[in-house]
Amino acid sequence: MKHCRSIEELGKEGLLRLLDSTDQMAEINRRPIPKVPALRGKTVVSLFFEDSTRTRLSFETAAKRLSAETMTFSVSTSSVNKGESLRDTVETITDMGVHAFVVRHKSAGVPWQIAQWTNASIINAGDGAHQHPTQALVDCYTVREAIGRQSFDGLNVTIVGDIKHSRVARSNIAAFTMLGARVTLVAPPTLMPAHTEQWPVRVSHSLDKEIASTDVLYMLRLQSERMDQGLIPNLGEYGNRFGLTDVRAQRLQSSAVVMHPGPMNRGVEMHVDPADLPNSLIHKQVANGVSVRMAVLFDVLARGAEVNSLKEEVVV
Amino acid sequence: MNQVTNRASGKAVMSGPDVSRAISRIAHEIVERNHGAHNVVLVGLQRGGTWIADVLAERIAQIEPNLVVPNGSLDVSMHRDDIGLRPIVPGSISNIPFDINGAVVVLVDDVLYTGRTVRAALEGLNNFGRPQAVQLAVIVDRGHRELPIRPDFVGKNIPTQTTDEVDVSADGVMITAVGS
Amino acid sequence: MSVIVSGATVLTESGEQRLDVRIDNGVISELSVSIASSGDDVVLSAQGCHVLPGFVDLHTHLREPGKEDSETIETGSRAGAKGGYTALVAMPNTTPAQDSVPIIEFVRAQGRRAGLVEVVPSGCITVGRAGVALAPMADLARNGVKIFTDDGSGVQDPAIMRRAMEYSLELGITLAQHCEVSALTAGAVMNECSCSSEMGVPGWPALAEELMVHRDIELAKLTGASIHFLHLSTAGSVHLVREAKKAGLPITAEVTPHHLSLTEELLRSFDSTFKVNPPLRSAADIEALKEGLLDGTIDAVATDHAPHVKRDKELPLDQAPPGMLGLETALGVVLSTVPMSATQIATVMSTNPARIAGLSERHGMLAAVGRPANLCVVDLDAQWSVDPQQLASKSTNTPFVGRTLRGKVRHTIFEGFVVVNEGVAQR
Repeated sequence: MKHCRSIEELGKEGLLRLLDSTDQMAEINRRPIPKVPALRGKTVVSLFFEDSTRTRLSFETAAKRLSAETMTFSVSTSSVNKGESLRDTVETITDMGVHAFVVRHKSAGVPWQIAQWTNASIINAGDGAHQHPTQALVDCYTVREAIGRQSFDGLNVTIVGDIKHSRVARSNIAAFTMLGARVTLVAPPTLMPAHTEQWPVRVSHSLDKEIASTDVLYMLRLQSERMDQGLIPNLGEYGNRFGLTDVRAQRLQSSAVVMHPGPMNRGVEMHVDPADLPNSLIHKQVANGVSVRMAVLFDVLARGAEVNSLKEEVVV
Repeated sequence: MNQVTNRASGKAVMSGPDVSRAISRIAHEIVERNHGAHNVVLVGLQRGGTWIADVLAERIAQIEPNLVVPNGSLDVSMHRDDIGLRPIVPGSISNIPFDINGAVVVLVDDVLYTGRTVRAALEGLNNFGRPQAVQLAVIVDRGHRELPIRPDFVGKNIPTQTTDEVDVSADGVMITAVGS
Repeated sequence: MSVIVSGATVLTESGEQRLDVRIDNGVISELSVSIASSGDDVVLSAQGCHVLPGFVDLHTHLREPGKEDSETIETGSRAGAKGGYTALVAMPNTTPAQDSVPIIEFVRAQGRRAGLVEVVPSGCITVGRAGVALAPMADLARNGVKIFTDDGSGVQDPAIMRRAMEYSLELGITLAQHCEVSALTAGAVMNECSCSSEMGVPGWPALAEELMVHRDIELAKLTGASIHFLHLSTAGSVHLVREAKKAGLPITAEVTPHHLSLTEELLRSFDSTFKVNPPLRSAADIEALKEGLLDGTIDAVATDHAPHVKRDKELPLDQAPPGMLGLETALGVVLSTVPMSATQIATVMSTNPARIAGLSERHGMLAAVGRPANLCVVDLDAQWSVDPQQLASKSTNTPFVGRTLRGKVRHTIFEGFVVVNEGVAQR
């Protein structure tokens, strides 16, 4: 595939291919020397217009383990507004000779815009509230590992929190659904996007009603600015209704797993200490981040357009 | 190399029993060359070499009854020198659940051809440690080497055309002439 | 020396007639089946074409003064002339805003200097379009301003709007509203719909428009003032206006070519060319707008021509300014989208807007001897496709690139002068 920008663009086939390939990368990461020469000579640029430590480090580690060169272009949105345009930034870096951009931007759609200005591959590391496909891959891989099967048929996934502003939710809804899970969204109506009736999900406004039948409980981060925007009255009330409290944690099925994309807001959506949860996958999510991003980088950079064109030549 | 449609019918150059006897002989040669098998580990190359390594391990166990020869597998797709030049076949998972530091590693594959897979395997092994020595066992050496690599243990040398396909299984070895 | 239009079908008070048209000194001097030309006459061949009154655009952003890198009064006028327009109402959201006589006079003078169309400045309802204090409407009206709006945004405060409408009563002017309750549209990027939710971007709900349409209908009822609704975009708005008109209120409304033809789905590309305010809506809204235009609920087609420089439109979708070009494609888009006769086109693109803008003495008149020669000659069946490089506008943000349109302007005659000949601007 040329780009990795959204789960829809990957499709089910691409999703499964990347999850399978992640197994292979995970093995490399278990080796005493976890580094292979697969992407020697390739250059990957992280273009982060929004702060993120863990996603950026995870991508850069992944690139290095595949022997790709890495460059970092880290910039706060304000300085970009003052100075160089997005297009100039992308064209300048392209001129230096890069093969992939890993992009994070606060505006939805930027990975698609950038693709018009460069021949390099684009990997979306989060665009606004739109998509965060590699997080969804991480989450699906982590669930697959935990339940020990490839199909999510019959699995009840409950995603709780600020669905409206969550790119993680959007990518995960698409990915979990593609793999056969039943997805339920739980949020106050003010944090639910408009017109979800066409989405392949069930919508609920009560975590207490859903918790006992949940197999995968996915807690989203709630940002305190939602209170300033009048979307919730206060964090305490939100936590009481939609947080994972001790009482709720005890009502989880013994096989149910708990996930969170991080960083957690303790005392808001996470009242329990995840260390006390028997089936928390939160650390696994972080650990799998590198393997998944290796799979994505390898897929994008080693199976690119040049491979496809060559393939045709060979066969003819 | 690649699957192309117009192929002539294949020619059997080794029968199933031939292959089995070759593996037995190689097992003896490994034990002989290494003065026993106490320091020997087998690493089959994914995917064609793993079943042969499995059989080799059984045969060595028959020769040296008090010994279990560690047997692992290695996928070399991340170490190949032609990444991006040809379609990548989805790789298998490497599995070397033992220490190779100081061991004699016998790499096991079905066919030795250009030598590039073996080169990638030698590089991949480095990730797991520093063996005392690495030896190479193959069922078929079909020639056409592109790198300075030679096998230590060979089932049979079989001259081929570069356009031929060589298929090794427990049922025997087939050579198929592939039109171009 | 005369200008002679030969071979066309002319729209007259008694319907469509095969006539030649002679123009002298800025007025139509002769209408007859065949007019012989002499050596120094300018003859425009118009076989298979219609002669219509020149179009009047109620809604043009000419960007001058303040944003001359995206459009000037001259380039905008040229785009208008190429689109068959002989009068453009210049929106007041310039920098500085058109809230004082000197700015109004500047805009008018720049229009005269370009000499391609009549540039008709609108005035602001409130000072600086800030929605707080009334602009000097009487002063501006005395200087010829007939239409007032804070376009770019709506007048948010209902008390201010009520005062503006009351104040307008004795001035013989029309207030025009950009209907948008801005508290409901913070950060909006596109129509609020399942599409915007999937894309994770804030939406303009239809309600934000309809609330203000409803409010101003009630204020018209209360004050007796007339009001014109700019660029209606929702089925709900059409319904409200239809009911208000039935009740006899002095209300008019316009729709843009793009709201008649393009849907919200186009935003899925994240291409800011399709970002516009009000936003592209659903297919159901389009059907309601077409119906409203055909049944007279909507009086006029207006372009909301809104040029933006490329670097602004290359910003991320949420930061890029809303707006798209319209003048040069209006006729083609309307005819390709809504089946209309030459008479209907003349009504919604010329006669009605001229009346709303108070320009009926010079524009929007069907051809007759002695009347001002503000005319366009259009081929209603000609097919053409939009090439942004061929546009006269200084900007290229047209959403119709590559589309095949039906209906093309061949010649435009402004105050008796041929300003566009065979699609080519003469000035």
